[in-house]
Amino acid sequence: MNPLTTPVLEVEDLRVRFQRRGEPATLAVDGVSFSVAPGETVGLVGESGCGKSVTSLATMGLLPSRGVQVDGSVRLDGRELLGAGDRTLRKLRGKDMAMVFQDPLSSLNPTVTVGLQVTEVLAQHRGLKGEAAKAEAVDLLDRVGIPDPRRRLGEYPHQLSGGMRQRALIAMALACSPRLLIADEPTTALDVTIQAQILELLRDLVQGSGTALVMITHDLGVVAGLCDRVHVMYAGRIIETAERRDLFARPRHPYTGGLLNSVPRLDSGRGTPLTPIRGSARDTIPWAQGCAFAPRCDSAEDDCLVEVSGSEVDLVTEPGGRELRCRHPLTPAVPTTSPLTPGATS
Amino acid sequence: MLRFIVRRLLQLVPILLGLSVLLFAWLRALPGGPAQAALGERATPERVAAYNEAFGLNENIVVQYLKFLGRAVQLDFGTSARTGQSVTSEFLLRFPGTIELTLFAMAFAIGLGVPLGYLAAKRHGGFVDNASVIGSLLGVTIPVFFLAYLLRLLFAVELGWLPGSGRQDVRIDATHITNFYVLDGLLTREWDAAWDAVTHLVLPGIALGTIPLAIIVRITRAAVLDVVNEDYVRTANAKGLSVTTVRNRHVVRNALLPVSTTIGLQTGLLLSGAVLTETVFAFGGVGSALRQAISDRDYALLQGFILILAVVYVLVNLLVDVSYGLLDPRVRAR
Repeated sequence: MNPLTTPVLEVEDLRVRFQRRGEPATLAVDGVSFSVAPGETVGLVGESGCGKSVTSLATMGLLPSRGVQVDGSVRLDGRELLGAGDRTLRKLRGKDMAMVFQDPLSSLNPTVTVGLQVTEVLAQHRGLKGEAAKAEAVDLLDRVGIPDPRRRLGEYPHQLSGGMRQRALIAMALACSPRLLIADEPTTALDVTIQAQILELLRDLVQGSGTALVMITHDLGVVAGLCDRVHVMYAGRIIETAERRDLFARPRHPYTGGLLNSVPRLDSGRGTPLTPIRGSARDTIPWAQGCAFAPRCDSAEDDCLVEVSGSEVDLVTEPGGRELRCRHPLTPAVPTTSPLTPGATS
Repeated sequence: MLRFIVRRLLQLVPILLGLSVLLFAWLRALPGGPAQAALGERATPERVAAYNEAFGLNENIVVQYLKFLGRAVQLDFGTSARTGQSVTSEFLLRFPGTIELTLFAMAFAIGLGVPLGYLAAKRHGGFVDNASVIGSLLGVTIPVFFLAYLLRLLFAVELGWLPGSGRQDVRIDATHITNFYVLDGLLTREWDAAWDAVTHLVLPGIALGTIPLAIIVRITRAAVLDVVNEDYVRTANAKGLSVTTVRNRHVVRNALLPVSTTIGLQTGLLLSGAVLTETVFAFGGVGSALRQAISDRDYALLQGFILILAVVYVLVNLLVDVSYGLLDPRVRAR
């Protein structure tokens, strides 16, 4: 990231608290900070329930107002979005910031033609009506690789294939050339071959346009192919941040390492067993009591707990721009010859 | 689509045949008979026999049925024992009244029910929501005739705001072309006659529309609650569309799919005769004619009316199914 360019998106100390009547409040996002520069692609990675989707919805201002408390700061081109009124946000959404969702079929209105679902964005933000809007919609569908776009305009979502639907949703998101595009697991519901096509499409569309892309995913393959920088989230907090190559070559947080080890690799021999992470995302402890990952962590020691160390595990910035929230990382800060020995305590 | 419609229409044949057999047997199993009803309890056996002879009621019941069936397929259901008019013309005179009443009742139920249901869903768990749930429960459970009497007593008898009986004030010398009194008034430019017919629809229409209203509120509420949590509503909001566009194009349009089915079925039910309401308000529609015919043992009218109403009911249901296909593109494709 070029330090001279001002970021498109700056998220600072974002906290999202869900409060349901008669239940204790849950902190879905707990002090998340990151920024995205123009033209940059940033990945938010983690298991389901880690708070990555809630982060993106909070950024877009799409969380319900009742029972949800959002604190911190979200700035789009320097403009504060948290606390901005509904009217202001509606003017920005779809125009300056757009979002592509996980399941393309359920994300499209089944009773409205694809054409209208594209042109309504153009009408809302660019004042395009009638033939002009239609022509622009044809152009957009063509750009995202939908064949015979003029015919598709009159069709309904169920008449399109899964890949086509996601392309149509991307066309809607890109209709006003947004400064920021958030893609929330855009390929999860698609076939593997289609996944690659959609990712390639996203990369092509973002490259050169200066659009900042936030890629939310649990799929490290997506991260490897697309992202410049990656934030790994766990239990509502960022636990490791690194450049893509750096992260894959030298994961330092045991959770990141676990994620990488639970994916089969071509260069490991046949029959080498995968090593999944123990337990499930539910086996956490509150951050106030220690590292939330400690109950599942092979490197965990007593000082991962607050009652032993007397302080919470903080996110520490290291030389080279890597950030890490761990007292017993997999590899030391500076690479040595034995990369898999637990590092010294900080 | 055409095959679907034809198949449904063909299904009418066995339905009507079965219904006619049941009707024929059931009516004749009732104690008493048209002769007693027409001639009074103290009629001599001779006069009863003469009456039965004259109306062909002495013949074998199977022969009677076959004769009836033969005429019925030519849309001839015989003559009403009470009025001496043909059943068909009697129906054409009264059915428009029932249609007007049904339309008014449904307009009342839809016009109030859909916005109320939407509001209840929007304020889920709030006062409007709880009030609508309790209110609609009350609406379905209150007996129609009781509500009709209550409305009539309060607004017609005590307060005198609205007429409490009939379809039009008899003192208005209105011309009737189609027997739709409101429409007739508009066609002949007799505005006062049209307005008077409308005021006669208000109380029975409200009484009749209460159950559909309650059902529509509930279905709308549930449908909106379902739809607002749909992903495509989130997409619509993510596109920055205005609140109005999101509501009308993305929430209401989809929420009305289940509501439209309910509306269709309720309309069919109301069209097939609101016996209780029409009786309370002495409304000259199909319902009050049916009630009168039952006490008169007016076999011809009962058979004819009920068979025609069965056809109407099936046709309305067919219309509901077809229109659902028009509303929901996913159904259309199949």
